[in-house]
Amino acid sequence: MRSTPRGLSQRRRGRLLKVVGAVFAAVAALLLIVAPASQATSPSPTPSPSATTFQNSISGFLRGDDRAPIADVTITAKKDDFTGTAKSSANGAWTIGVPTQGTYVVELDESTLPEGIKLAEGQENPREVTFSQTSNLSVIFAFGEGIVVQQQDFGQNLINRLVAGLSFGLLLALASVGLSLIFGTTGLTNFAHGEMVTLGAVLVFAFNAMNLPFWLAIVLALLGGGLFGYVQDAGLWKPLRRRGTGLVPMMIVSIGLALAVRYVIQFFFGGATQQLPFAQSAEIQLGLISISPNNLWSLVISAVVIAILGIVLLKTRLGKATRAVADNPALAAASGIDVDSVIRIVWVTGGMLASLGGILWAYYRPGVTFDMGSQILLLIFAGVTLGGLGTVWGALIGSIIVGIFVELTTVFGLAADLKYVGALFIMIIVLLIRPQGILGRRERVG
Amino acid sequence: MDFGFIFSSAAGELFSPTTAAYALATLGLAVHFGYAGLLNFGQAGFMAVGAYGFAISTLTFGAPFFVGLLIAVVCSAIFALLLGIPTLRLRADYLAIVTIAAAEIVRYIVTTNQLTAVTGSANGLAAFEGDFYAMNPFPPGSYMGMNNRDFFIRIVAWAVVALFCTLVWLLMRSPWGRVLKGIREDENAVRSLGKNVYAYKMQALIIGGVLGALAGMIFTLPRGAVQPANYGTELTFFLYTCLLLGGLGTVLGPVVGAMIFWVVLSLTQGILYGLIESGAITWLNTVQAGQLRYILVGVALMLLMIFRPQGVLGNKKELAFA
Repeated sequence: MRSTPRGLSQRRRGRLLKVVGAVFAAVAALLLIVAPASQATSPSPTPSPSATTFQNSISGFLRGDDRAPIADVTITAKKDDFTGTAKSSANGAWTIGVPTQGTYVVELDESTLPEGIKLAEGQENPREVTFSQTSNLSVIFAFGEGIVVQQQDFGQNLINRLVAGLSFGLLLALASVGLSLIFGTTGLTNFAHGEMVTLGAVLVFAFNAMNLPFWLAIVLALLGGGLFGYVQDAGLWKPLRRRGTGLVPMMIVSIGLALAVRYVIQFFFGGATQQLPFAQSAEIQLGLISISPNNLWSLVISAVVIAILGIVLLKTRLGKATRAVADNPALAAASGIDVDSVIRIVWVTGGMLASLGGILWAYYRPGVTFDMGSQILLLIFAGVTLGGLGTVWGALIGSIIVGIFVELTTVFGLAADLKYVGALFIMIIVLLIRPQGILGRRERVG
Repeated sequence: MDFGFIFSSAAGELFSPTTAAYALATLGLAVHFGYAGLLNFGQAGFMAVGAYGFAISTLTFGAPFFVGLLIAVVCSAIFALLLGIPTLRLRADYLAIVTIAAAEIVRYIVTTNQLTAVTGSANGLAAFEGDFYAMNPFPPGSYMGMNNRDFFIRIVAWAVVALFCTLVWLLMRSPWGRVLKGIREDENAVRSLGKNVYAYKMQALIIGGVLGALAGMIFTLPRGAVQPANYGTELTFFLYTCLLLGGLGTVLGPVVGAMIFWVVLSLTQGILYGLIESGAITWLNTVQAGQLRYILVGVALMLLMIFRPQGVLGNKKELAFA
């Protein structure tokens, strides 16, 4: 770059600016198309005003897992000597006016629940809630299938968590294989990969809200993810590679992109958690294992997709070309491989895989939020680093280990809100012992 | 639209304690990334360690102010040591991933309900600033439109920033600083001169981390509360934006960068809100206006990195990367 003549560098600069703009225009346009529909069809219901004489209120909606409102349930809120009570109305809404903000104990009277409806397993009741800044505090109670909660034995729990962890690990692998391929072929550690994950789930939600059939929404979301990968490479990363931008600057550019895209998504999608269709499902019993059908589907889909990807990489000309570029781009170019088009295909594939991972992640959590991808970005990194940066099989194995580890730590007594810590921690430990990762090669560590 | 109010609140951001905290944390990043070439993506973690180290030692152990300060600094130095041991021998992107992971580990640990008694979990901790304000030499009254507390914290915050800017400036002129810059340019060349590169990198990591911890304290003191949600990965990325705005390998760059960052954020908020209130913009609501500003931060970070990586004050020859 420093050696290029000034005129040329300025022209390039202008072109680069244009393409950077184009990336944003494309993302914004994509979201613009879908945003009005999503806003139109998912109104955020406001609780009906009841006897609210105070300025602050605690409120919420009672809805069963079939989204049907639950009426005539008594809920109380207590703080010091103040006690407020409310009954849910016909549309499931309840509001308790409270004199001051602060911490309240909210309790749902389970004896007033209709026949066959029970609080979901693990739903804390009564529980403490605290106001933060706003004058209204919404409290959500989740309802399960009305199954009597059984005490599971340890072995049973272990097997269930193992299978859930495998399902989680495979969906992580979808994202991390793409990340690893991109790293292998371009050297870029892409911090915007989390947003590529989010985009898949957000697009499914948006297309579904436009009343498109579910399968079409999924297909369009995958295509949208691929398109995002394409636009990113064509508009941003290829021009940067042409300029000879270093890897560390590119990493920081990807952080800027991640921030921008995350807030663009929030701009259109809002800060709320939304659910995809069929998000709630009862667990089914498969031999010894009890698993929700969604998790089972997720496991099967990701396993099949990864198997297909593996066959493509190992058997086809394209796969061989990809591996050659990952190994040594200059040598690959000298042997007649079109390096740029291979990288382009890797970006499109990576975008589609990340989208699929995002859709499955939306079902695993469950819920769609604007920051769902960045929540698992570090787990994806952990999977990739564990397996060895730049290796596809390493990313697969690393992600499965991370997924299972995250799920198993809760069985062995680690609190649920610390389960990601374990995965990040073993990543650091593995770097101490075997920096190149499980399948990585020594010379990459440098 | 009340331009007078918009500009005066933007000007108020110039010397706010938050700007000072950003400037100090960014100065730490300048030591890490600008001078030593270490890609630390966990500065938010250092700030959290500082803030929580101080708050917990004050609230749980009843430590006086300066003891709490010392504990916070020591904690951040230990944190830097723990991070440095596995990663400083590896390539830059490993350090980046490990530091960002470690910062998130810190955030998860202070958020967990298991430790509510000590960390206050998601609600955080409050009311630990009493000792600090008890030292306030200014009697109650109005100082340039501020009350004595606000005035005191500003004086202290910017005095600390000035002190550490001077210290970093002196350090980087010293032989030690020259070796550090040499490591940034070519690690192997410095190693061949017989210098212990690993030790120099570790010292730089600790110094920058301690600056981060002090910044974390300055960040929390005026709020009188520390909450884990403030110490997410975004904070580190905002600090990088400040650093790139001001200039990587400079002492005043972080200060200038933090000032520009906050003034621009305040101006865009004031102008957008004004336009929305006056009905000139109808396609935005105030929540979205807030998000629009952060979209701009992301775009600014990208464009700066691509087109002006040396920032406002930097020298292109002094970049931590080729």
